Amino acid sequence: MTGTERGTLPVIDVVRYEPSLEIDCGLAARWLEAFLSDELIQRRGIRRAVVGLSGGVDSAVTAYLCARALGPENVTAVRMPYRTSSTASLSDAQLVIDALGCAARTIDISAAVDGYLHYEEDADARRRGNVMARTRMLVLFDQSQKLGALPIGTGNKTERLMGYFTWHADDSPPLNPLGDLFKTQVWALARYLGVPAAIVDKAPSADLEANQTDESDLGITYALADRILALLLLGYDDARIALRGYAPRDVALVRARVEGTHWKRHLPTTAMLSNTAINEFYLRPVDY
Amino acid sequence: MKLAIVQVKPRKGEFEANLAALGETFAQLAAEERPYDLIVLPEAALTGYFLEGAVYELALSAEALAQRLGETWRANAGADRAPVDIVAGFYENAEGTYYNSALYLHVDGRAQHILHVHRKLFLPTYGVFDEERFLSRGRRVDAFETRFGKMSLLVCEDVWHAIVPTIAALKGARALIVPSASPARGLDGDGELESVRRWEELLRAYASEHGVYIFYAGLAGFEGGKGMTGSSRIVGPRGETLAAAPALGACVLRGDIDFGEVDIARANLPLLGDLNAVLPDLLFDEALRAGRGQ
Repeated sequence: MTGTERGTLPVIDVVRYEPSLEIDCGLAARWLEAFLSDELIQRRGIRRAVVGLSGGVDSAVTAYLCARALGPENVTAVRMPYRTSSTASLSDAQLVIDALGCAARTIDISAAVDGYLHYEEDADARRRGNVMARTRMLVLFDQSQKLGALPIGTGNKTERLMGYFTWHADDSPPLNPLGDLFKTQVWALARYLGVPAAIVDKAPSADLEANQTDESDLGITYALADRILALLLLGYDDARIALRGYAPRDVALVRARVEGTHWKRHLPTTAMLSNTAINEFYLRPVDY
Repeated sequence: MKLAIVQVKPRKGEFEANLAALGETFAQLAAEERPYDLIVLPEAALTGYFLEGAVYELALSAEALAQRLGETWRANAGADRAPVDIVAGFYENAEGTYYNSALYLHVDGRAQHILHVHRKLFLPTYGVFDEERFLSRGRRVDAFETRFGKMSLLVCEDVWHAIVPTIAALKGARALIVPSASPARGLDGDGELESVRRWEELLRAYASEHGVYIFYAGLAGFEGGKGMTGSSRIVGPRGETLAAAPALGACVLRGDIDFGEVDIARANLPLLGDLNAVLPDLLFDEALRAGRGQ
């Protein structure tokens, strides 16, 4: 007899399931291009897009995708600095404008924001940030009206799940190509699309206050938050997530963020009084 | 048999415009020298898939759809290009009961005859899907006679349950026609969406296990952010993909189908015959008949 194993046999362990955050960037880019051209041109008959360019990676990727879908000549990038905004935000946004060769406007929102806050001098940083975010949306919708364009949203899945955005501001554009991609996936897509490294590699920031970064605001890195979110969305409880090596503190932080912000991912709550309440009984899809 | 799978990208809810667009495709097909025998369209081909409550506005009877398809064929292809068989997925209004259905139609120069209507058995109602909120379930799967031999119609999730294509094959189907509408999910594949890859695996496995052709017609186009993944396929009875459409965009898959291949494939891999032999034992399992798997 040959080949008979004697003594201790090798043991092969199972691999614990963990959802992959890897994406095929070429496929993602093609799919999102098709999404934008189908939704804009075919469904709405609109050929132009307006993107608010912050200097960050989400809006850069959005602008790149719009340029691929519609041609750069049909994309208008709008920079909307406030007087305390970082100058790096403006110059990083310029890198995108130069790379794409799209039309661009710079509209300083300081006078509009300060015109209101003049009456609210005690407004704290959060309120000021919200006023800036909502003013920027006012500008984007108005520019879109002027240009016969549609404003395109830039929010990613991580910030949507963590509730890290201003309600009815960042989330208000009618189309959002990145809303089902985690932040780390947006970074991967950005590298694939050739977004300048200065934008992809810098620490993400809402730039509503000096020296603000997302990860210090959130108390967790995106890399870690995304892995925990991916498990949480599938229905894994905290103990099963922790089994995969995540710190209970991080898991609790992410879960609290998600569970405290479900309302931010919905339209306003309407009192239901009839058998024909809109979106409760009267159900029609958005593209009908 | 000359086959066309027409992967369409309908405008949501615009039945008349979508039928007019289909008429142009009929004219394109009829312009070929050798006539087509069978034309297969996807699920919800003339309305779009996600309709919610609008399904009650757009559903029509099988007879009404047959009439419109027959007229459209004759008007665009010319009555002399008949006969042709047409399969289409549609939302069916059966005197106030609504189904997600597919019909098999024979069209000749003057009239049209419905050979079969299949009502979708498995209505996905989870996650992004909400079919059973609006629709009723079909109750059976049949194999029906056509001029090319026996075939079965199965709609989308019907095929995700291995027992359904198995029953169709046991009832004698030599081709499974699968109108479908599948929204894209999963980007971690190698150049292919995970949901498309899953379909491909299922179709090839069933085709080779039972020695059947599978004609899979996928709906294309974005519906409120959900991208329907086209990816229509002709799979041969050895499980080989004979033609495959891309996920995006409308197109036609064309194929010459030789049903003699079914006999050859089954002779080489007689799994369906083996199943027929063992099936009575399996069916007399009391635990199975009681509907309890435990």
